[in-house]
Amino acid sequence: MDFDLTEEQRLLKESVDRLMADAYGDFEKRKHHQDNPQGYSPKLWSQYAEMGLLGLPFSEEQGGFGGGAVETMTVMEAIGRGLAVEPYLATVVLGGGFLRLGGSAAQQEALIPGIAEGSTTLAFAQIERQSRDDLFDVATTARRTDGGWVLDGAKSLVLHGDSAQHLIVSARTAGQRRDRDGISLFVVPADAQGVSRRGYPTQDGLRAAEVLLEGVALPADALLGAEGEGLALMERVVDVALAALCAEAVGAMEALHELTLDYLKQRKQFGVTIGSFQAVQHRAADMLVALEQARSMSMYAAMMAENPDPAVRRPAIAAAKALVNRSAELIGKEAIQLHGGIAMTMEYKAGHYFKRLTMLVNQFGETDTHLRVVAAAGGLSEAA
Amino acid sequence: MELRYTPEEIAFRDELRATFRSKIPAEIRQKVSEGRHLERDEIAQAHRILHAEGLATPNWPVQWGGKDWTPVQRYIYTEEVQFNAVPMPLSFNVAMVGPVIANFASEEQKQKFLPATASLDIWWAQGFSEPGSGSDLASLKTTAKREGDHYIVNGQKTWTTLGQHADWIFLLVRTDPAAPKKQQGISFLLADMKTPGITVRPIITIDGGHEVNEVFFDDVKVPVENLVGEENKGWDYAKFLLSNERTNIARVGFSKEKLALVKARAKETPAGEGMLWDDVGFRHRVAMAEIELKALEITQMRAVAAQRHRAADKPDPTSSILKIKGSEIQQMATELMMTVAGPYAAAMPGHSHNEPPVGPDWADAVAPQFFNYRKVSIYGGSNEIQRNIIAKAFLGL
Repeated sequence: MDFDLTEEQRLLKESVDRLMADAYGDFEKRKHHQDNPQGYSPKLWSQYAEMGLLGLPFSEEQGGFGGGAVETMTVMEAIGRGLAVEPYLATVVLGGGFLRLGGSAAQQEALIPGIAEGSTTLAFAQIERQSRDDLFDVATTARRTDGGWVLDGAKSLVLHGDSAQHLIVSARTAGQRRDRDGISLFVVPADAQGVSRRGYPTQDGLRAAEVLLEGVALPADALLGAEGEGLALMERVVDVALAALCAEAVGAMEALHELTLDYLKQRKQFGVTIGSFQAVQHRAADMLVALEQARSMSMYAAMMAENPDPAVRRPAIAAAKALVNRSAELIGKEAIQLHGGIAMTMEYKAGHYFKRLTMLVNQFGETDTHLRVVAAAGGLSEAA
Repeated sequence: MELRYTPEEIAFRDELRATFRSKIPAEIRQKVSEGRHLERDEIAQAHRILHAEGLATPNWPVQWGGKDWTPVQRYIYTEEVQFNAVPMPLSFNVAMVGPVIANFASEEQKQKFLPATASLDIWWAQGFSEPGSGSDLASLKTTAKREGDHYIVNGQKTWTTLGQHADWIFLLVRTDPAAPKKQQGISFLLADMKTPGITVRPIITIDGGHEVNEVFFDDVKVPVENLVGEENKGWDYAKFLLSNERTNIARVGFSKEKLALVKARAKETPAGEGMLWDDVGFRHRVAMAEIELKALEITQMRAVAAQRHRAADKPDPTSSILKIKGSEIQQMATELMMTVAGPYAAAMPGHSHNEPPVGPDWADAVAPQFFNYRKVSIYGGSNEIQRNIIAKAFLGL
């Protein structure tokens, strides 16, 4: 039982925190980054690469640095604190997760070096108009042809899908729309014939895309993982992403709580700081309780994320996200209320943390979805 | 970062578990598990068994029968006591007055009291709270006036848990009413309950139980040799005592045991077409309680692990967080048990042991425990006091 970072992890944390402070310390800079066509700063992205962040989770043989879920947690917390807009989750955690855990040697060789050096970005295209967060609900089809595949369908809300060079697409190679079997994954170059994309900003300052796939012809080696067995891999990678999201939420909640406390100590009404009122103090204390409970579950998620046994991993990760969601909702809403009017303005940072936390709650399943997973498993196992 | 115990820690846990399950009578553990009050002899029997095993006072200094355990081992011990429904060794002896005597009392007092306190040959009661001094403990009014080699104690204490069984009581009394601050001028006294002028009156709580008492002091003569430490320094000893009380406040092991029981009983409780456990809404409530408890367990483990390198005086909100969440989850567990009992929660326990139970034989204890557990967010510094502590000492508000 040990909750300390190793010396290397501590150095990683220091350097990512420094990067985020430089890039986002002045809140005006965030808007500046967002004004780029891809919605983030390519220059900043290459700084991520120079620091080794983009190759972090890949093994040394794959061209990375052999970092695990704790390293990802460390980076994602800093991203949360900074309210960063770079596609780390889409490219490194999700895209990289598929390559790392399910990609062939050839696919890994073709894409991982580019990810690590910052020249290749990825996105995971799974949501469809009817699917909500059910990873197995797939109407997009992949038809086998001579020497390859043809994909048809439409994917929605593809995070950073407008700027990614490659899309990891879930498509049905067998069975009916909601069957758990018969789903396959494909690496689709975004500029392939028949792919059209419509990009747009999201409420929390990121970018997403609607992706249309019309007779997209792919070579046989575009298939990622085993044909028809894509769901287990998707669940595994999404669990890694959920752990990363928990960490991002903890970083954002921590920063938002600090911002709120600073304000409570400055803002005066009736001749005294508003933080001197007990009605306010107790709510700030409850925010801390929610934050520390979320931090504990984010650590739990990091320690369970790479467990290959879904019977152990899935309820644990779902539990973490359910609790982090609850804390994120409480801290986000209370931060706005305790600030008062200032937090309702687009100019002030608190509202942007609130918006990111709000969208994060719904990413890969809102609270009820995760409660269903825990309840269906009969509760939390005593595995730990 | 590693959540799991080492193989040595697991072996330590398994050994404790085996001892608890084989040595503590099953009837006693079942009563604890069902949330029933224990008789004096049952508490004493369990305490003495643990003492004979060297497991009653592990947190004391080694020379007085404590264990040279790591923080993780101490945590495992508390967890296992609660998880196996073993009655905690009497906390007034083990967690409260014992450590105060070991740290602040004279050598004679240590010799006189510590062995008998460990073995429960002396049963202690806590004389802190007063009718006018609940959360604001330092406002206490019970006085002790020095006359020759005695203090003359006058006043009233209340919420004295299990005081009806006590041989001795440790008291906070005001020895200097003129002190500039209310925390100054308080002393820590030990009094024999048989001293003339002490009267114990029961308080029956809303669960129908006799757990707490009022204790009246009417010109009670306490020998000066029963003063602990220095006169007027009692508040320091009280703070030390209360900080020990809070380390165990999360009661994760209790809630784990209770939620496991909620699940087991829900699986046997018919509801609708099947069992209560098949009800999705109910399962979601249990899932949320288990999730909160898992988070609390890890928060507690983080605090235990951090003991290795924390500066002792640095403000730390953890014990307040553990108190708030721990009490909320204990209450949540008793609320879920109320749902499991359903209509059968309404029947009062039978007054004669010969009467058959109404409903399942565990159901009559459910409502009393639910009622009784409203106390956990009030005692040990109410949850509102904990929020004050977090806001002032840690958030700087």
